[in-house]
Amino acid sequence: MTSITRRTLMAGGAALASAPVVAQAQTRGDSRVDFSGRTLEWVIPFAEGGGSDVWARFLAPFLSRHMPGRPTIIIRNVPGGGSITGTNDFYARARPDGMSFIGTSGSTQVPFLLGDRRVRFSYANMPPVFVSPTGGVCYLPARFGVANAAELGRLRGQELVYASQGATSLDVVPMLAFEALGLRVRHVFGMRGRGEGRLALERGEASIDYQTSSAYLRQVVPMVQAGNAVPLFSWGVVDAQGVPQRDPTFPDIPHFTEAYEMMNGRKPSGLAYDAYLAFATAGFAAQKPVMLPPNTPANIVETYKAAFASMMTDPELLANKDAALGEYVQATGDAIGPLYRLGTTIAPEAREWVRTYLTTNHNVRF
Amino acid sequence: MLDLLLSTLLDLLTLKHMTFMMVGVTVGLVIGVLPGLGGIAGLSLLLPFIYGMDQTSALAMLIGLVAVVPTADTFSSILMGIPGSSASQATVLDGFPLARQGEAARALAAAFFASMLGGMFGAIVLTAAVLAARPIILAFGSAELFMLTLFGLSTVAALSGGNLAKGVAAACLGLAFGMIGAAPATGEYRMDFDTLYLSDGLPLVIVGLGIFALPEMFDLLRGGGAIAKQGQSLGRGWFQGVRDVIRNPGLVLRCSGIGALIGAIPGIGGSVVDWIAYSHAMQTSKDRSQYGKGEIRGVIAPESANNAVQGGALLPTLLFGIPGSGSMAIFLAGMILLGLQPGPAMAERDLGITYTIIWSLAIANLLGTALCIALAPGIAKLTLVRYTLIAPFMVMVLCFAAFQATRSYYDLLALLAVGVLGVFMRRFGWSRPAFLIGFVLSLGAERYLYQAVQFSGWDFLTRPLVLVILALTLLSLWAGLRKSSGSGAINTEGAAEDSRASRMWPQLAFAAVVLGLFVFTFAEGMKNSYLALMFPVAVACVGGACALWVLFWQSRGAVASGSANFDTEAQAKDYGPWPFLGWFLGIVALTGLIGFFAALVLFFLAFLRVVARCPWWQVLVLTGAACTFILVLASSLNLLFPGGVLQAYLDLPWPLR
Repeated sequence: MTSITRRTLMAGGAALASAPVVAQAQTRGDSRVDFSGRTLEWVIPFAEGGGSDVWARFLAPFLSRHMPGRPTIIIRNVPGGGSITGTNDFYARARPDGMSFIGTSGSTQVPFLLGDRRVRFSYANMPPVFVSPTGGVCYLPARFGVANAAELGRLRGQELVYASQGATSLDVVPMLAFEALGLRVRHVFGMRGRGEGRLALERGEASIDYQTSSAYLRQVVPMVQAGNAVPLFSWGVVDAQGVPQRDPTFPDIPHFTEAYEMMNGRKPSGLAYDAYLAFATAGFAAQKPVMLPPNTPANIVETYKAAFASMMTDPELLANKDAALGEYVQATGDAIGPLYRLGTTIAPEAREWVRTYLTTNHNVRF
Repeated sequence: MLDLLLSTLLDLLTLKHMTFMMVGVTVGLVIGVLPGLGGIAGLSLLLPFIYGMDQTSALAMLIGLVAVVPTADTFSSILMGIPGSSASQATVLDGFPLARQGEAARALAAAFFASMLGGMFGAIVLTAAVLAARPIILAFGSAELFMLTLFGLSTVAALSGGNLAKGVAAACLGLAFGMIGAAPATGEYRMDFDTLYLSDGLPLVIVGLGIFALPEMFDLLRGGGAIAKQGQSLGRGWFQGVRDVIRNPGLVLRCSGIGALIGAIPGIGGSVVDWIAYSHAMQTSKDRSQYGKGEIRGVIAPESANNAVQGGALLPTLLFGIPGSGSMAIFLAGMILLGLQPGPAMAERDLGITYTIIWSLAIANLLGTALCIALAPGIAKLTLVRYTLIAPFMVMVLCFAAFQATRSYYDLLALLAVGVLGVFMRRFGWSRPAFLIGFVLSLGAERYLYQAVQFSGWDFLTRPLVLVILALTLLSLWAGLRKSSGSGAINTEGAAEDSRASRMWPQLAFAAVVLGLFVFTFAEGMKNSYLALMFPVAVACVGGACALWVLFWQSRGAVASGSANFDTEAQAKDYGPWPFLGWFLGIVALTGLIGFFAALVLFFLAFLRVVARCPWWQVLVLTGAACTFILVLASSLNLLFPGGVLQAYLDLPWPLR
């Protein structure tokens, strides 16, 4: 990092009034861009230490290795406004020269899909170059006597308590899931992170919870093994058509749609389910997309796509990926487009249904 | 278990691991010494280097930093009157007066020694508790956490200064400021003026710096001269300071215990621990007349507590993956990058890792204290330097620390706004510690009350642990109020005798502004749904009533108003802090025009030439030093400085970008 500084400093004086920086000359006849000697900025609209930050910091050195010209890649954290600030800023300001790119998260996709008026960016205009899925498992304390999702009907009429981070946070996904299942759940808001939600469940304050995959493995599996908790369903992943599939981390746990069938004996349908599926895909199955600024030339987009694809074959990355990526198949190449679209779009009726639902039940004003 | 303890120690004591720990300790020392920068900034600095390191080296480095920051941040708290980080705000109250009386050496020695004992205590607590802490942490539900925030608020009674109504009003003002942003119960945005910046609430680091550092800086500038009023050097007091600590074993032990316990309970956070410890010291003292004027117990208490916090805070971080503080959140990220996942296994299968962390904590505390003591004589010489030479550097570091919060220009504006409030609160004797405690506990109090009622109804008040904490709260209230209406009153904002004004209108005007702020809070609060309006409305009513009470007494005239009459400018013969506030406004405005770096250069040149009247060579050398320093710091943090209008039109190279 010191070398960049020195170079930038030296260049600083000379280039004071010079033209904007553009990606360096194209090489060898193909349309790939060469980033030799460059410093690329990976914008993360969250503070240091969050899930997205860890994910980007884990990937950055590998990505650098597979980018033509081995540029230095730095993580630029732009926190604030629940990630809307940084994404707005990137969307409005970043130059389409390949020198900066952004990685957002489900927490950014949710306000976008809800039509939050503070959102000034559009996913449709940013070319995606990589999508990282993740997952989570919903579970119940064993004291309810429910052995699996098929027995969820026993809970009818009983009120469960969910410790939520807020009605318009990523916890809108479990909220819509419980709604679609017809479970009666009281949402207690104001948790800061799923960890606090799990703590509330362990204390007996909350009575239903979900954890993302790595936390589930470390924190909840011991509870399941001790006979204190029962897994109900995972959020699942989606195929290119948007059809839910089992989570590769939890092949033995049914995904939500299966759980619905186990409980009700028929396939789910209707607006409530459509809304759930759109938000679950945005929140988990397509949680972390990487994008370039609007209007980035095709050759730069292709360079990035190729670098991410090549990065995912790096043996060192594959050997160490558990901590940051888990078992999930990372979307590269042709897989990006469909997954990105599924994770960043919602049918207008489904969106309206969610907005009305949140306004009626939780006083959310849009 | 014992052989595991021993083998992890031996593993740590290799040259390689110790070298990395020294790296962490050194960075922590530098970051700690710089005002406003704490563990969060320091760990962010180290995080990019973690990848690919072996686990023991990396943990030693990270913990080395975490352990040293609350020791090293004492420097600026005691020597400059500026909280070195949010963990040592309370140290300022008595540490800084000691430095001004020429007893910096004694205060520093006492602080470092107390810090080290506290840190060791934290490490011991961690060792003993890691196997049994789960049930303890699980015993603290929302109801208990709400009671703990009330306990924290009860310390306002002791810290409210000479006038209780003003103290309570100041705390309510802090509570109101803390409510800016999303309401915990409903997510509604309150008092955010429809801006994204305020939708997250005001950052604590900015409020801390604005309310304490800026007013202190302006005051020092007005005084001219150096910080230390008396004495040629630091004074001898090194052994005196250590003896002070040894004479108060009970205080050190109790405050370390408070620190470790509060640190271990996720949700309260380390930033009130120093205040709780400080007010505890005050409540348990027979003679409280010296607090706020240079009482050594007021230094020992917060310092022993804030190092013990780290050991406690590691418990929820390691066992539950729930960071107890901002720096723990980044430490957690570091662990994940190293392939370590927190969880119950940290007390079983991965106990070795936990012990490595504990040993690192203990050894780093020793190393940090030794280094601080070694460096102290040199750093303390700063108190003998003309303050006009130090001030521009302080402005630079304060601005830098402020925009570490969200990396935006608004951070500087927020710093300025809170700073102006701080100037007036200081001048008119509205307790700034009370304000800060209110601010820190605001969202917690609201969140946990709502959650407790939602989870268990109002029955939560009958839970046994709730009743115990309630009893402690009442005890703390009683101890705090015991003497505050008499000659033994503690003035956190300066000596009362010199502050009886004959001209009452400035005070009346400020009290009216405070009342206006409560009216605004009330009006804004009423716009929300039931769950989000209760707290702001209640706070506005209590605060408004106190402000009215103050106004009532003040309007009765200079003599009849008694302790409500307080104006440090009463005897002032100069222009007040305004010229210096003008300089600060200048750099903020200039940043808005041409970006921070260019504005800083111009500010240095102008200030050193005009205010400090330096010869040109000195101006250039100091400006060059400042630029080098800030560039090295910013580049190692990959930081872009906030830009201005110029940057919106021109694409300039770093650092002007």
